Amino acid sequence: MRFMVIGKATPETEKEGALPDPQLMIEMGKYNEELMKAGVLLALDGLQPSSKGARVKFSGKSRTVIDGPFTEAKELIAGFSILQVKCLEEAIEWVKRSPNCSPAGDYEVEIRQIFEMEDFAPILSEEQVQHKVKLRAELPNQTAKE
Amino acid sequence: MSATDPHHATHQALHRTIEAVWRIESARVIAGLTRLTRDVGLAEDLAQEALVAALEQWPQSGVPDNPAAWLTATAKRRAIDLFRRNAVAKRKHEELARELEALEQTSPNLDSTISDDLLRLVFIACHPILPTESGAALTLRLLGGLTTGEIARAFLTPEPTIAQRIVRAKRTLADKHIPFEVPCGPELAARLSSVLEVIYLIFNEGYSATTGDDLMRPTLCEDALRLGRILAELTPTEPEVHGLVALMEIQASRTRARVTSTGEPVLLFDQNRTQWDQLLIHRGLTAIERAHKINTTRGPYLLQAEIAACHARARTPSETDWPRIVILYTELAQLIPSPVIELNRAVAVSMAHGPHAGLTLVDALASEPSLARYHLLPSVRADLLYKLGRHPEARTEFERAAALTRNTRERHLLLTRAASCETDPTNPSEK
Repeated sequence: MRFMVIGKATPETEKEGALPDPQLMIEMGKYNEELMKAGVLLALDGLQPSSKGARVKFSGKSRTVIDGPFTEAKELIAGFSILQVKCLEEAIEWVKRSPNCSPAGDYEVEIRQIFEMEDFAPILSEEQVQHKVKLRAELPNQTAKE
Repeated sequence: MSATDPHHATHQALHRTIEAVWRIESARVIAGLTRLTRDVGLAEDLAQEALVAALEQWPQSGVPDNPAAWLTATAKRRAIDLFRRNAVAKRKHEELARELEALEQTSPNLDSTISDDLLRLVFIACHPILPTESGAALTLRLLGGLTTGEIARAFLTPEPTIAQRIVRAKRTLADKHIPFEVPCGPELAARLSSVLEVIYLIFNEGYSATTGDDLMRPTLCEDALRLGRILAELTPTEPEVHGLVALMEIQASRTRARVTSTGEPVLLFDQNRTQWDQLLIHRGLTAIERAHKINTTRGPYLLQAEIAACHARARTPSETDWPRIVILYTELAQLIPSPVIELNRAVAVSMAHGPHAGLTLVDALASEPSLARYHLLPSVRADLLYKLGRHPEARTEFERAAALTRNTRERHLLLTRAASCETDPTNPSEK
């Protein structure tokens, strides 16, 4: 199963034009390499400060755009990675090994499970059946392994 | 104690945490112990004993800050005790015990040593002296951190059978004095191919289950992928390793599209391509690039990965680059002459040049003894006959294929197609 590991923003990550601390970059690099070597890291990316982003607020049919920055750093995210592991506990164990991205202060990482095929199965079946019917007529053989 | 009892729940959670720590650390712990004891069977037993100790002690003491170091230190102490008790070859063991004690004082091993040990462990677990199935069980156990029970469930095999397979494999490795080393020179290629074979067997057992009611067992695919990704980091200069990883990533990208909620298989061209996992496709294509950067030769896994990539890149079935797939299959058939690959090439040819051309190649395989009981031969033939409007013949072939497959879901699909030959009044002309 997969988990999205969400690194929350800190005052440092929200600072305009600020780049991460070089020492922290090295430590994070080492940590990410360890995840890669263990075959559990599928993807990762860091996010620019919220001042470079925007929010789109939906209210009925109207859409309102709100430009960043946004306050409440704790509710913002600064980066994410996707881990493929056996269970939540394994994801937790990996996350506990991460360096503290805000060495001087508080830093929070949220771990969320990603939906998998079986979670969606009841919704997908109908769509798939229709898709299948539509293509049946022009179906080339693919029983052979592609 | 009931499951709702908070004490029980905490205990369960801790148990799962310890299992997670084990999954993360066991391979490195076992690899390090194997280097010290030169006996992979003993190393694994010692590591298991450390796990048992953890399960006993951690609920009281809490999980230590560095669980890997704890597990290794505990296992090493057991090793020292064992060697002291063991009177046979006393001096040699005393030496070892001293060495172990000295090592216990030193800080955890350097990263490079750990990587080397892990790679040695991979080569031992997948040694060609072992039957591939035993190699698969041993690899999942030593490097995947799976329990015997988990392996047994994954392979739908009784637990005692798997346990025996592992015991026998370890004994073979000990009896034949298989060294704990990374092979070099000309031996490397052969040994590496045996490693890749084991990993791909695990993947395929999960991807297209040969027996049973389910078409797929995705956890096995994940285990194989994880092993492949680990290997790719341990041997970054081996193009075929990246080829295998690419092949598995791209095949796994179709997981959610290739089976319906009721477990029916969905053929490649029926699949809703929007459900293909773009992240895994991207990873697969990146792995292919990594292989290309090393050199221009293409081994069998890389070729298969590139074929899979042709499908992955096509947004709709009609966009598939069939001429390129024909070229890749032709290259593959030259590398490994195999009737199965020839059959796949025939399918590609039929897509690139029409069912007639494909059928000619398929018919040439009819007398191939190794395909006599292979359900995909009549299945492919049936499909080509169907497209040529030869419905009664197609029906017979679909039924023959249904009788040969061991997978329940696949049989059902083939019988459905056989029935459609009868009821379908249209006579589709060649496309």
